[in-house]
Amino acid sequence: MERGVLMAAVAAYAANTARRSRSGRWRHALLIALALLCVGVLLVLPLLAVFAEAFAKGWAVFAAAVTDPDALAAVRLTLTVAAIAVPANTVFGLAAAWLLTHHQFRGKALLGALIDLPFSVSPVVAGLVCVLVYGVHGWFGGWLEAHGLRVIFAWPGLVLATVFVAFPFVARELIPLMQAQGSDEELAARTLGAGGWQIFFRVTLPRIRWALLYGVLLCTARSMGEFGAVSVVSGHLPGLTNTLPLQVDQVYNGGSDTAIASAFALASLLACLGLVTLLAKRLMEWRHGGELAHSLRRSEPSA
Amino acid sequence: MKRLGPTLLLAIAIGALAFGSAVQAQDSRLLNVSFDPTRELYKEADAAFATSWKRQTGKDLRITTSNGGSGKQSRAVQDGLEADVVTLALAWDIDVLADRGLLARDWQSRLPEHSTPYTSTVVFLVRKGNPKGIRDWPDLVRDGVQVITPNPKTSGGARWNFLAAWGWAQRQPGGNADKARAYVAQLYKHVPVLDTGARGATNTFVQRGIGDVLIAWESEALQARQELGADKFDVVVPSLTILAEPPVAVVDKVVDKHGTRAAAEAYLKFLYSPEGQALVAKHYYRPRDTSVAAKYATIFPPVKTFTLAEQFGDWRKAQATYFADGGIYDQISEAGR
Repeated sequence: MERGVLMAAVAAYAANTARRSRSGRWRHALLIALALLCVGVLLVLPLLAVFAEAFAKGWAVFAAAVTDPDALAAVRLTLTVAAIAVPANTVFGLAAAWLLTHHQFRGKALLGALIDLPFSVSPVVAGLVCVLVYGVHGWFGGWLEAHGLRVIFAWPGLVLATVFVAFPFVARELIPLMQAQGSDEELAARTLGAGGWQIFFRVTLPRIRWALLYGVLLCTARSMGEFGAVSVVSGHLPGLTNTLPLQVDQVYNGGSDTAIASAFALASLLACLGLVTLLAKRLMEWRHGGELAHSLRRSEPSA
Repeated sequence: MKRLGPTLLLAIAIGALAFGSAVQAQDSRLLNVSFDPTRELYKEADAAFATSWKRQTGKDLRITTSNGGSGKQSRAVQDGLEADVVTLALAWDIDVLADRGLLARDWQSRLPEHSTPYTSTVVFLVRKGNPKGIRDWPDLVRDGVQVITPNPKTSGGARWNFLAAWGWAQRQPGGNADKARAYVAQLYKHVPVLDTGARGATNTFVQRGIGDVLIAWESEALQARQELGADKFDVVVPSLTILAEPPVAVVDKVVDKHGTRAAAEAYLKFLYSPEGQALVAKHYYRPRDTSVAAKYATIFPPVKTFTLAEQFGDWRKAQATYFADGGIYDQISEAGR
């Protein structure tokens, strides 16, 4: 009798779970479908449209567009600006993250908030501020002019604007990790007699390298894609101060069907740069995901 | 190996800097800061002049032209963009530069025809067959007609459009400033999209299919029809319109700094030469040279125009009255809200 009751209870429980899991499965599937739909409509479709438009007028137009001297100059300039802005931001990001996680000082909270400033300020404002400070009539304009230095409407202005907008990525990737890891290992190294650079390169850097690389990738993607801030400081000289995003806009404004196809050809180039960055990130996660998780896991006890 | 980190970063930075300066330091070059719908014209004129300059002097010359809304471009030159020459939509945008001491105040008397080597007029571009039956200015303010024209605050072309409408209204029998103002206010109520530049407005009308009529420069209208097929658009010439006179000037301060005065002056004079005038006409701007104009007479329909000087005095006055902050355009658009 007792056994019968037990059996019934188990059966009821099983049925209940099955029902719940069946409805759970439905909900699950619905959510996945919804997410896929959103990703498809909002992300994948526009990306495909870029490539479709790029080849809308055929290969010849595409080839002509991406081998145009002005377009090549734009690609070169974009890569140059990124080649300066990304290392600079890497150093700044590392320094800021180190300061914020390993030191106590007055104004620490303020610094933490300031790092996020470029995320909250519109890039157009960032560009205008550059003009205000470095433009001919700006604060340093007279001095720069007297020394024959051009910042606004020349490549240094593009670099400054790009550094500004891409500033937070490295620091924001590093801070949570470094906070979680604490400074025990650095302190141990110091007790064992290691110097500052030695600690940094042998202890700190190996522990944060994946987060650092991830931050650098994001920073690179943003540096190459920035439009608003560089648009203000560029002067839009084709072949001279047009980065790739600006060149896309300029070609697009040509207005003819060929111009629009050419603009999309350049846009697809830009998208490819972005996709390569994304791919590098995936590859990194896939190959070194274990290490990445490990470096986080190792830090857990101290968190 | 790990010690190399900082050195490597430094090397990258220095290399990039060196590359950047290499980009800057080039042989003889001219920068022409122009307004929006001249890109096709100067693309060809730049190449033609560089060839003729090479023939005359044996020197290579690289000419870069940047395009954008006239007011915005003028602003960039004021902020330090080192334009050797400016070729803008209206004299006011160059007057501002003169006020800043970048060129002589009498710049407009330095070249023939008030420094305007080419002109255009303000016309209407409508969809093929003119389904809304637009013939003249009054048709633009009929119910259900959507008009595309850029924002006069940022676009030089749009200011000419504004003044064309105003001048037409004021020159009607019994017309006066009040009636003109009422008409223009009515007109801007029919504008669904205010682009920042003339080319943007053309794209809105032509590529995105918005609106029933585009108020445009003749050059822009003819080119749009040419590029997209005469089977898609018609050009309508109103009974009376303005003669748009986009001026050109050498920026004294910049050419003296760059040592490019000779090339810059020759470049602008080239626009007045038969070869330059033929290029101007080819890109649908009305040439000043009468013999070139006669050759291209079939392209340009006869049109009755008034000039800015006849109707409004000069650009300084027109700018202050209509387009300055708090001016008539601002009052109209505020009242329209």
